[in-house]
Amino acid sequence: MSRITMREAISQALWEEMERDPAVFIMGEEVGVWGGSYAVTKGFYDHFGGDRVRDTPIAEAGIVGAAIGAALVGQRPVAELMTINFAFVAMDHIVNEAAKLHYMFAGQFKLPLVIRTVGGGGRQLGATHSQTPDAIFAHFPGLKVVAPSTPEDAKGLLKSAIRSDDPILFIEHATMYQVRGDVADGENLIPIGKSKIQRPGKDVTIVTYSKGIEISMKAADELAKDGVEAEIVDLRTLRPLDMEPVFESFKKTNRAVVVEEGWKSFGVGSEIASRIYEECFDYVDAPIKRVAQDEVPLPYNRTLEQAALPQADDVIAAVKEVL
Amino acid sequence: MNKKEHLELYHQMVLIRRVEERGAELYQQGKIGGFMHLYIGQEAVSTGLIAARQSNDRVITAYRDHGVAINCGIPVNEVVAELMGKATGVSHGKGGSMHMADPKKNFWGGHAIVGAHLPIATGMALGDKYGNQNNVTICMFGDGATNIGFFHEALNMSKVWDLPVLWVCENNKYGMGTAVNRASAVSSIAMKARGYDMPNECVEGMDVMKVYEAAQKAIETVRSGKGPFLLEIQTYRFRGHSMGDPERYRKQEEVKKWEESDPIGVYRNYLIENKIASARTLDELDEQSMDEVNKAVEFAEASPEPTMEDLYKDVYVE
Repeated sequence: MSRITMREAISQALWEEMERDPAVFIMGEEVGVWGGSYAVTKGFYDHFGGDRVRDTPIAEAGIVGAAIGAALVGQRPVAELMTINFAFVAMDHIVNEAAKLHYMFAGQFKLPLVIRTVGGGGRQLGATHSQTPDAIFAHFPGLKVVAPSTPEDAKGLLKSAIRSDDPILFIEHATMYQVRGDVADGENLIPIGKSKIQRPGKDVTIVTYSKGIEISMKAADELAKDGVEAEIVDLRTLRPLDMEPVFESFKKTNRAVVVEEGWKSFGVGSEIASRIYEECFDYVDAPIKRVAQDEVPLPYNRTLEQAALPQADDVIAAVKEVL
Repeated sequence: MNKKEHLELYHQMVLIRRVEERGAELYQQGKIGGFMHLYIGQEAVSTGLIAARQSNDRVITAYRDHGVAINCGIPVNEVVAELMGKATGVSHGKGGSMHMADPKKNFWGGHAIVGAHLPIATGMALGDKYGNQNNVTICMFGDGATNIGFFHEALNMSKVWDLPVLWVCENNKYGMGTAVNRASAVSSIAMKARGYDMPNECVEGMDVMKVYEAAQKAIETVRSGKGPFLLEIQTYRFRGHSMGDPERYRKQEEVKKWEESDPIGVYRNYLIENKIASARTLDELDEQSMDEVNKAVEFAEASPEPTMEDLYKDVYVE
């Protein structure tokens, strides 16, 4: 067991998989000589060389398209998009090609492809660089969407993603690279598509993922002081969505708050709440609350930005409403 | 090229023509749905091009793909069955006219978002170069695709990394109904390759032999490790862009003028004049092709629909 940061966990996963399988290579903007814009691939270029840590032009459609092509012919590319905001430029290749080719050609094509990217606000990058559009990507059958909240999950899920024959969008959070956590030594693959209880409790179910875990954990610590035991379910994967742990928890607590960093409208919270109502209607003791980002493009000003983003206090207030 | 090979090319071209003509009939009868884009008039392009490839060379194209599929060796039964959405179709009825593929034949589709398959072709060539394969990716697209960003990103990357890819623009003069000079700042597509310092050539595409010779040279240049090459092939589609095209953008005289250089007629004359084949032999091939298409339609009509189980199959591998 070692205590490492999220950045180190992701870096280790990539390094170990590249050492294990020569078909695995990285491509993206500034992944090589620069060492990665979030320093995840620092040192990779010197060790693996430019063919396996391939710097690309600033051309996201080209990057994802080329990664798809390389995957089709049997390689296992890990394409990096510097931020998820740039994924919109590659939207066609993510949702219209990667998510479709296996099905549309009746299983003849496989796409062992990982698109690593960075989402989330809170770094004063302004409206175009601070989004959390995870739900948009989770909308498409054929694509898998993973967004871990702990170093252990990040490492285990990324290793599984690289070994998977399906196209996977792997979303890291821009403000969580320094988050530390215990990671088991040696091979520890975590299956994609499994939710996890990150904190047990009996009074209320908080369903969340990624950055939402960080603020929900803080909220749960505060709530515990008032004797409220919140159970926190980490979705970890948005598609395929594993609702069983959520239903199990809800049937015990009968109350739920869903926390996400993206906008509330048509978001993750709406999906989770609907599914709970559909499957657990007889267990509902209070309306399910959604905590999410205010419905504005994120501003640059730090005070305004933080006001728009969901905070632990918002989670606490929502929990108090459902109790 | 020996006599047998010549006759095979002629056969493929006639077979494509007959499949497309029957396809149009079946479409009008409501037996084929969706969008369907016919290859009539352009048969020499794909036939000459693919005749020049080795079996390990990959082919990827846009949505006007029936002819390319046949040239790549996909049985006509599977092509017609796919058009009719049957389980025996090459994409098991889930792709349709625009999405045929068979990687075992090194045919990688059949892609219907204009230009989107060009970066994928770059990646296939990248993957092969990374894996030390000595093959070429042949990527076909229309003139319309050269105005979208994907084209430029894909060409640029292929040159930056010196990838083994042959870019083949089938310039049929219109992107849907918009003439090349109304949509592209330069009417010469080959000229666009110069911006990427890429060798290029423009050839006449109604003569299968000219296409074949140009393709052979271009493919060998690419295979020799000199990086990508762009081949512009001048051609013309005799039918509308798709089945629902009122053709307000061109005059019938223009179509008639091009029909005088029908690629099948041009090749037929060439074979007879050079005493490679007699008119009778070619007539027999015409009949044989008609027979094959009739049998393919019978096969497709008798084939089962995909099942409800197929509806949910192959969303994911795992």
